[in-house]
Amino acid sequence: MANADLKANRPLSPHLQIYKPIVTMVMSILHRITGAALYFGTILMAFWLICAAAGPESYQFAMDVFGSFLGRLVLFGFTWALVHHMIGGLRHFIWDMGHGFELSAANWMARATIVGSVALTVILWIIGFIVA
Amino acid sequence: MTDMRTPLGKVRGLGSAKDGTSHFWRQRLTAVANVFLISFFVILVIALQGADYASFTEALQNPIISTLLLLVILVGCLHMKLGMQVIIEDYFHSEGLKLLLLMGNIFFASFIALASVVAVLKISFGG
Repeated sequence: MANADLKANRPLSPHLQIYKPIVTMVMSILHRITGAALYFGTILMAFWLICAAAGPESYQFAMDVFGSFLGRLVLFGFTWALVHHMIGGLRHFIWDMGHGFELSAANWMARATIVGSVALTVILWIIGFIVA
Repeated sequence: MTDMRTPLGKVRGLGSAKDGTSHFWRQRLTAVANVFLISFFVILVIALQGADYASFTEALQNPIISTLLLLVILVGCLHMKLGMQVIIEDYFHSEGLKLLLLMGNIFFASFIALASVVAVLKISFGG
């Protein structure tokens, strides 16, 4: 339909904002948002490695950036996005194997995803502070 | 219903996008690898936090660490390229903008991957 008038004032099907948020839906949206955030977060990884490759002074500069309050805040968010996206991915593996489609199982896994990702992120940072 | 597909098309099973299930397969293959690689990456970053320059370079000159880190970069960037492609295809409907974004996605993922790989190799070869 190359000649269809896409800007015509035609009725639209209901979109996200019309529905009451439910846990499976929110986890699905968060999976995509965390994925997109991690996409741009790789700039931080590249920055870290390039600074280290450039020499001791620029390595120290990167360490200072990541060690600042804002740096740590961003890295905390990065950690959560990474953990959340991974647990969400494990949920997708379960679905790929043909399991977990019952409403109760899907709801349980969605709740476990958010509880697990927040808990694991906090645990990882506690480990980080203990190791440091 | 009459099947309008040719026997050859049916055997190839590539569908209208001409790439069959290869996008799905690569997405899942890199996802499985990433479960292990990203776990390694998180442990590495925690172990290297606040490390001085000498101990950082010493760690990356370990061939096992640098090889795994290169895999983290390459597999991670391929996975994110595939994922962002789906997001672009879902939300951008004008052909021109969609094409530009799909190209930009490949350029971005390639640049991040290669820049990071060069950095790791430079350090691991004693740069």
